[in-house]
Amino acid sequence: MPDGAAARPLVEVRNLRMYFPITAGVFRRKIGDVKAVDNVTFTIMEGETLGLVGESGCGKSTCGRAILRLYEPTSGSVLIGGQDIVALKPRALRDLRPRMQMVFQDPQASLNPRMTVASIIAEPLLEHTSMTAAQRQTRVHELMDQVGLNRAFADRYPHAFSGGQRQRIGIARALALNPRFIVCDEPIAALDVSIQAQVVNLLEELQDSLGLTYLFISHDLSMVRHIADRVAVMYLGQIAELSPREPLFARPLHPYTQALLSAVPEHDPDLEANRRRIILKGDVPSPANPPLGCNFCTRCPRVMEICRRIEPVLTEVEPGRHVACHLYPQPDSGRANGAPTRGQ
Amino acid sequence: MTEAPTDTLSGRVAAAEAARSPWRDVWDQFRHHRGAMFGVWVLGLILLVVLAGPWIWHLDPTKSDILARNKPASWAHPLGSDHLGRDLLARMMAGGRISLAVGVTAMVLSILLGTLIGALSGYFRKIDTLLMRITDLFLALPLLPLLLLMMTLFRDPLAKTFGPEGGIFILIVGGIALTSWMHTARIVRGEVLVVKEREFVLAARSIGTPPHRIITRHILPNVLSPVMVSATLGIASAIITESALSFLGLGFPPDFPTWGRLLFDAMERIQLYPWQVILPGIAISLTVLSVNYIGNGLRDALDPRIRGR
Repeated sequence: MPDGAAARPLVEVRNLRMYFPITAGVFRRKIGDVKAVDNVTFTIMEGETLGLVGESGCGKSTCGRAILRLYEPTSGSVLIGGQDIVALKPRALRDLRPRMQMVFQDPQASLNPRMTVASIIAEPLLEHTSMTAAQRQTRVHELMDQVGLNRAFADRYPHAFSGGQRQRIGIARALALNPRFIVCDEPIAALDVSIQAQVVNLLEELQDSLGLTYLFISHDLSMVRHIADRVAVMYLGQIAELSPREPLFARPLHPYTQALLSAVPEHDPDLEANRRRIILKGDVPSPANPPLGCNFCTRCPRVMEICRRIEPVLTEVEPGRHVACHLYPQPDSGRANGAPTRGQ
Repeated sequence: MTEAPTDTLSGRVAAAEAARSPWRDVWDQFRHHRGAMFGVWVLGLILLVVLAGPWIWHLDPTKSDILARNKPASWAHPLGSDHLGRDLLARMMAGGRISLAVGVTAMVLSILLGTLIGALSGYFRKIDTLLMRITDLFLALPLLPLLLLMMTLFRDPLAKTFGPEGGIFILIVGGIALTSWMHTARIVRGEVLVVKEREFVLAARSIGTPPHRIITRHILPNVLSPVMVSATLGIASAIITESALSFLGLGFPPDFPTWGRLLFDAMERIQLYPWQVILPGIAISLTVLSVNYIGNGLRDALDPRIRGR
């Protein structure tokens, strides 16, 4: 995988907010918002894989879909290759679709059961190119070879395939138009472990050969550790920590990341015996009514008085490492609140 | 990759697959559906008798013979004769043409209208309320008075343009379609609301497929089954509605036989001459039943998940 030094940013997400209105009563009056994604900012370099992790319901998938504008974001901007896709008109957006594609979580649900594999993979070609039927078929066969599917099965229907094969169909469809950026929305969550490895390896091979950029959404920390160059940890719609992979897994800064990583079992039985889990108390607050101040303040083992009042900002505390926590110096105050960056 | 079979096997599979088109698969599955094949044969038989019968059986369905009234079956009148001495076999054949034509055409129109409105209403949230209130409005209207009103208002202008029979056919078919699409629309809307939340529709949107093609390519094929059921039932109710209109004297002219008209003409003498009622009743029931079975078979055959079982 390429080093980030010379790479240009391909995807820039700025202050992305995705609120879903809550309505009530006969007249569907709006009484509040579910803040599924709340002020998220990050950048993905060209050829890079950014892992997006967090527990269920923290807004990972919503974030991925809002970035591709499958939902209309409430505010913020998403620049892909320098163009703000949030502001685009539907027509112009459609022309940009070939650049960005998505691989979905549930390969069963993401393939139309009434279409053959060939027509599923050919759909993007049909929509965006003026290929003849014969050219499309050639391209479909090419793509099937690329993702390791047997060409002979092109006229079969999705139900005749296993989960791993279905996910390959989904990947082939995403690749059809030579995209530069692919959002992988938990592409392996619905597969069993042996197939997970195959699919992840396939994604990595494709990245190397085609120079793809991934946003890899997952709740599987070990898989993210394997595939991602940088990792963003989300909690309750916000990014808690954004770091390159190695330092993050070696020395997590945010208390939430520390708790999350302490849940990953070690391969080595000696280390596993000494592993100290940080058990968080309580439940995730409702995204419709997040706490004042830091979103994590209700469950943080190292909570301070300031956390309940002021919302921390995602700040670069070490080269390349961003964290939103009052334990580390915040930009506006310019001073460390409480404990400075001690070795964890 | 462990999932792919060996090369020789795949080669053989490919050779076998190449010979099969998707429609061939549909037909193979359909053929093995016993009910559907029964339906095809019965409907085929009815159509054959109704369409080709008058070439063999030359009696005029409207010619009355006052001396041969209400006769039971005989060589001269294989199905007997009615209260004006008209031959029932000839009347059944002539009536079948009209009834089937009205039933099928009205059903097709009503399904098209219902599916269109249901799909638009389910897919586009903005017009959902408007379209569904219109649907409710139509459901709340008393249909028969509405039809009667339409008949009185439009019968003459239409008859002038398309001739008396063509005009009344268009009027009846249009009237039945306009007053029977609501249930289909509601069913389709409900199904569309479910299907449009499935991930493959999201996938199509991420590809950039425009809404009208999402509806035709992804949503409609997946709401086919309830539409099929609705369609087969629609034929029956269209035939019945037409007979009700004829009964009220607002359908086809009185000397113009349809199955519904035969049924109602004979109703008052049901205790004396029951076969005069039973015959058109059987014809209507058989048609409806066979269409229903064909619809079932077609629904199963068009679903790739069921196919091949």
